[in-house]
Order: sequence, then C-alpha cells, then structure tokens
Amino acid sequence: MKRLRLSVQLLFTIVTNGYLYGFLNGKIYRGPLKYACVPGLNCYSCPGAVASCPLGALQALLNQKGFQVPFAALGFFFLFGSVLGRFVCGWLCPFGLVQDLLHKIPVFQKKKRLPFHRILKHGGRAVLVLLVCAGSMVLLGGFAKVPAFCKYLCPSGTLLGALPLLSANAALRSQAAGLFLWKLAVLLAIVLLSIKVYRPFCQYLCPLGAIYGWFNRFSLVQIRWEKSQCISCRACEKACPVALSLGEISHSPECIRCGKCVAACPERCLHFFGSGTETKDPLS
Amino acid sequence: MGFWTTCRRHAWALGALLGALMLGAGACHGQFAVLWKKAAMICLECIGIG
Repeated sequence: MKRLRLSVQLLFTIVTNGYLYGFLNGKIYRGPLKYACVPGLNCYSCPGAVASCPLGALQALLNQKGFQVPFAALGFFFLFGSVLGRFVCGWLCPFGLVQDLLHKIPVFQKKKRLPFHRILKHGGRAVLVLLVCAGSMVLLGGFAKVPAFCKYLCPSGTLLGALPLLSANAALRSQAAGLFLWKLAVLLAIVLLSIKVYRPFCQYLCPLGAIYGWFNRFSLVQIRWEKSQCISCRACEKACPVALSLGEISHSPECIRCGKCVAACPERCLHFFGSGTETKDPLS
Repeated sequence: MGFWTTCRRHAWALGALLGALMLGAGACHGQFAVLWKKAAMICLECIGIG
C-alpha cells in the first residue's frame, strides 16, 4: 500500500506537471487543458502545469467585477469531493507528496500533531473564509481585487511556480522583492515544520483540504470496516498519521484516506470500497 | 439496510451530479474563459511579485 501510494503520487505529479518545455524556458503551458482543474493544490503558474489549480480558479472567478456565483470552480469541488473526498489529499496532491517526503527525513523526533490541535485544526476553514473567499472579494489597496490566498500564503505557488520560473527567467527574477521574500519565508517555515510534524500545511492551513473534508462523510471512496472480524487491537489508530481514532477514520474531515490503517490491520477488516459497515468505534 | 443509510451511501452520486450541473452552469456563464485566461498567463501574485 505504501509503495502503491507513493507511485500514484509521483505519477500523478509528473503527469500533471509534465510540460518540460516550460521548465527549460521559464514559460508556462497555455493550451486548452487549462480550462480544467486538477484535484490537488497545484499552482497553474508552475512551468510544467498542464491544468489549472482549483483554488486559483475559485479566486479568479471571485476576483471578477461584481459578484457571480463561481459555478465552474464549485463544479470541480463537488465532482472531485463527492467521488474522492480527501483521497485527493492523500494520493493526488503534489504539495502533499512534498510534505510526505520531507517527513521521511530522519531528523527530529516525529510528531503527528501540533499542540493545541483542537483549535489549530480549524485553520484551513479560517483560511478558506478569510483569504480565499472574503480576501478575494474585497478591494485590497482600494483599486483591485487580488487572489489573497495565492498572494500571501500559498506555498505551492512558491515551490512549484515561483522557484522554477524565477530560476529560468531573468526578467521575472529582477522583479522579486519583499512579497517574494515573505512567501519564501512561509514556504521555509512549512518545509521545516513538515520534517517534524506530519503534513502541517494539510492539517492546519489548507483550504482545499477543508473543502474536500466536508465531502469525506459521503464520498464514494471510503474506508469500510468489517465489524465481525475486528479484534480491537487498535493497530489502525497507531498507524494513522494524523492520530484519528477508529470511530473517526474515513468519516472525519481530517482523514486523508492514506490507507495506512488498512495496511496495518492484522485481520484485514479495514478496506477501501468494501461492502462492510462504516467505521464506528468498537470499544465505545 | 435502513433508508437513511442507503441515502447516505448514494449521496456521492447526487454530489457528483450537482458538480456536473454546476460545471454546465459555469460554461453557460462563460466562466471557463475567465479561468483559462488567468491560468494561461503567469500569475504574478502566485509567484510573489504581483
């Protein structure tokens, strides 16, 4: 399962960022595939990106003059969310892959969560409301609407967009100033934290995860529990990288469907797409 | 299997259908052109120089 997930993550990242010409020349893909969004957090200004970022799309539509319901972006969210839920985060998000790889670096004592997790876990929703929605609809600086999340926070934009573009394009490099340094500092903080804590951006800041988390309860891709075979050994809870209990696995907005609980179960009573009952705590 | 369990099991299909309808509504409002226009040009805000 572990190797399968890593292979899927790598393959999906390579396929959706496969425009090599862009990396070599400091330009971005401008073809028709950019009418569509990828499911994960993948900056559309990455030189290799062949499709659009769903959060960027949402903000672009909210940035328009006047107000229009952003149907196109919501459509992608409903489609991906209803079918996959946060499976997107665990298996298809390039920035999730980056954090997974950083967490494998064998330095620091690893932690699943930050202190004050109960409060901090709402950070993604706060970013969604304040930066992605409200921040994109109000006039910042008095004259123009800006995609506030992309501009002030998104580390995917810095890592996948800014760094490759600025390294290959001297004209853009000459314009980098204070804002770029701020975004670089945010990225560095998340990179360092990712080495110690499992996916800190996904757990505490990602608005896309907050959106897909809402679909976790009823998405098609679920982790099913065969109650009759369960021996209540709690191996699944020990394996869960975000420290969920058996009652929370799959249903919780925090579950990224990584499948570590499925692989850890000695009785094989947890599985994807199964016909068993939904997860409920056997000891409660 | 109870009625509500059955409903919840199939709620994803309703969500996906809603998503498809919203994509259609977005297309009718010309939102995909806005989306493409933004995605096909380097987003200066995204790379920290805008």
